[in-house]
Amino acid sequence: MKAFALITVLLLGGLLFYATPDFPSWGDPESPASLHVSPYYIEHSVEDAAVPNIVTTVLADYRGYDTMFETSVIFSAGIACLFLLRVYRRKSNQTRLYRHVHTGVTLRIAKGGKLPKDSAEFEPIDSLWVPYDMIIKVTSRLIVPFVQLFALYVIAHGHHSPGGGFQGGVIFGAAIILYAISNDLRRAFRRLNEKAALMASAVGVLIYVGTGLLCLLLGGNFLDYSQLSAILHTDAVMARSHGILIVEIGVGLAVMAVMVSLYYNLSSAGRHDEGL
Amino acid sequence: MIWPVDLIIMVLVMICGIAAIMVRDLLGAAILFGAYSFMMCLLWAIMGAVDVAFTEASVGAGVSAVFFVAAVFRTSRRTKD
Repeated sequence: MKAFALITVLLLGGLLFYATPDFPSWGDPESPASLHVSPYYIEHSVEDAAVPNIVTTVLADYRGYDTMFETSVIFSAGIACLFLLRVYRRKSNQTRLYRHVHTGVTLRIAKGGKLPKDSAEFEPIDSLWVPYDMIIKVTSRLIVPFVQLFALYVIAHGHHSPGGGFQGGVIFGAAIILYAISNDLRRAFRRLNEKAALMASAVGVLIYVGTGLLCLLLGGNFLDYSQLSAILHTDAVMARSHGILIVEIGVGLAVMAVMVSLYYNLSSAGRHDEGL
Repeated sequence: MIWPVDLIIMVLVMICGIAAIMVRDLLGAAILFGAYSFMMCLLWAIMGAVDVAFTEASVGAGVSAVFFVAAVFRTSRRTKD
């Protein structure tokens, strides 16, 4: 079986190398892809939507319909992971660990033992990763706000520099994941619980689709942001620019929530009790 | 484009890609995959596709490496083949 797989891979790889010289050379302005629609995008991006970053215009405006379904693909990935991994049954009767907050003493409560009541004195800790590290916690607490601010900048500044909803959303999600890794999963749930994450991912997709439907209701085509000028009190060009921003915010929200939800499910094997 | 830099990164991409498949330790494979993504990010940046490089850096080298580590943490660390 392994030899068969190797032969298949080698054959396909050889075919790929054989076909490579037929591709247009890198950056060739005469290649078919650069002759058809690219010149229009390059020449009209600024006058159509006042967005200097052509990639953003193509992604969210000219090809906005594709990006809408890309966002729903990410949303579906989050939902699929939830369906595959989430277990709602709690593991009971197992050894639990508690830490005395003030002294750092770890308590091991054996099977069937009486657990301390929810008090400020004791906090539950993970059974696999017990050492308390002040440096990691303090450093991550210092970094997380700046990472989140950078993520918002990436989303909002996607019109002028590389970036946009996807990247900003991933960075924002990574900040929350960093918080969940450096502290523990329970503390992360207190900031963004599972329900809120799932709601946010659905709301993000809804913002995108809702913008498209709003354009439809205002008399234009689906995702034709220039129709939003009636609501935003701007001219059609700026309305397209703002429409791109609204859509990017939706994408960012959905991606952020899906990343966090994926991490919650993967790191705790769907049990949501203790994570990485 | 400076071709020696390009060549070095290209070779590193290939080494990281093959090593990520061949290595037995799954945690090591996850880290190698992160390194592969980062090298690909540099390649995209060299080719002028800055948006793609940004996405590769954040998704490929950042979050997906964390997902792999989380999955390895909850399953077994070593592969059978």
